[in-house]
Amino acid sequence: MIWTELVARLFGADHDIVADGDFLSGSARLDGDAITVVGTTNHAPIGFALALRQARVVLDTIALHPRRPILLLVDTQGQQLRRRDEMLGINRAMAHLGCSIDLARRRGHRVIGLVYEQALSGGFITSGLIADACYALPEAEIRVMRIPAMARVTKLSEEFLTRLSASNPVFAPGVENYVRMGGVRSLWTGDLQACMREALTTTPTHDCRAEDGRARGGRTLAAAVAEQVLAA
Amino acid sequence: MSGSIRISFSECSARERIARVFDEHSFTEWLPPAARVMSPHLAQLGVPSAFDDGVAIGSARLDGHTVFVAGQEGEFMGGGVGEVHGAKLVGLFKRALRDRPQAVVLLAESGGVRLHEANAGLIAVSEVMRALLDVRNAGVPVIVLIGGANGCFGGMGLVARCADHVVMSDIGRLAMSGPEVIEASHGVEEFDSRDRALVWRTTGGKHRYLIGDCDQLIDDDVAAFRDAAILGLSMGKPLDLAALEAEHALLARRLQVADSVEGVEGVDSVDSVEGVEGVDCVEGVEGASDAVDLWRRMGIEQAAAVPDMSAAEVRALRRQEEVTR
Repeated sequence: MIWTELVARLFGADHDIVADGDFLSGSARLDGDAITVVGTTNHAPIGFALALRQARVVLDTIALHPRRPILLLVDTQGQQLRRRDEMLGINRAMAHLGCSIDLARRRGHRVIGLVYEQALSGGFITSGLIADACYALPEAEIRVMRIPAMARVTKLSEEFLTRLSASNPVFAPGVENYVRMGGVRSLWTGDLQACMREALTTTPTHDCRAEDGRARGGRTLAAAVAEQVLAA
Repeated sequence: MSGSIRISFSECSARERIARVFDEHSFTEWLPPAARVMSPHLAQLGVPSAFDDGVAIGSARLDGHTVFVAGQEGEFMGGGVGEVHGAKLVGLFKRALRDRPQAVVLLAESGGVRLHEANAGLIAVSEVMRALLDVRNAGVPVIVLIGGANGCFGGMGLVARCADHVVMSDIGRLAMSGPEVIEASHGVEEFDSRDRALVWRTTGGKHRYLIGDCDQLIDDDVAAFRDAAILGLSMGKPLDLAALEAEHALLARRLQVADSVEGVEGVDSVDSVEGVEGVDCVEGVEGASDAVDLWRRMGIEQAAAVPDMSAAEVRALRRQEEVTR
């Protein structure tokens, strides 16, 4: 879904969100309460500069608008694959974005991630995946690798991997698989404004993704192994 | 230890590193290989598994202090983070939050998310980050040691930069995407992964130290890593708004220095930027694209000689630069 349609369905005309290149930012109102909106569009590669721009919005929200909720709009092809970004320390800039979002949560901001188009790898870890919880639209795509690329890496046939992925969500892309593993809390369908409203009131503030993955049968060991470590 | 033969940190296995960095015989391992907590996904793929899923975790003492420890084994799938490997790290941080050791020390060696179970690995890395930041917010410092042959990449490169204190050897590497991945994506002109000098001055310990992405630069020596880790025990950093604003200013300044057009009259000079006075002008260059150029812009006059310097010589450079700030 293109971002303009998304924000219209989320907030009607009650927003001032604008795109500057691949960068989205602004604020919106839901039931009269202000929300900070920040994210990316055009399947943006997240480079050093784009990570910093997002972090700036988060830090400004913490400083100027205590406890105001933050909505992260996720559409990325992953981290920028350029030598210069590596030289500059893209991992540090992305970690800084993640730490900024984490601080916002600790300071009482509800932080909601929403994958509305595409989410991949490093571009996703320090945005939607470090929010209080991440949601997705059903038509969005989340992946690290597609089956053909994974077949090359593992030297196993695509047919074999496709068959395995029918029963094990760890192997294949797809938002449904991320829901089963607990990485995505739920899919937003129908009245998106109602979904947003509900997310703002019901999203847990602690990390319950491993428990969700176990309860949903898609990631059965994450919670159990962490518990074993605590008991060892 | 003085006078003894130098033992390469890089050439040690994860458990050998733990045995040599921490106090003798002080390591108690949790979920050791005998417990056989393994990846079910690799088994499904018919790929060889490891009894510890490639990471050793537990409790040890460092200079007498109780610390929690994780060592990633680069020899097993490049230290890649899968569901179980990630969950062991999450469990370690959760236990640190409960038991409050003096520090958590992570001997990181990883290519990032393990591609064979990529979806679970991706979520796991973000869970590690949240659990690590819980520990830091509780006042327990997290120290990362990087010096393995596989470097510290991908999701673990993010995790490392969430820590209080980062130690690297000069042969260690810290970055996001590996050079092979960038070359495959944008061609050999973008990043020649076989150009070792280019790879190291883009991601290596000396570069990371000079630009401030690691706090200590040491030789590839287990004794040096031990000393550095002990020093790190008292290097906890706050994680509040002021600290993140300072981090933001540092990164924004770095981008400004790298992006500035030098040697062209009438162009916005970088003189107003703290710490970059006396920049050696390169005529007509539009922004720094090589680390040597970036070091020069940061005021390091001997930039071109850095790749041939020892760790000690590079340490002296940053001290000089800090004095002039």
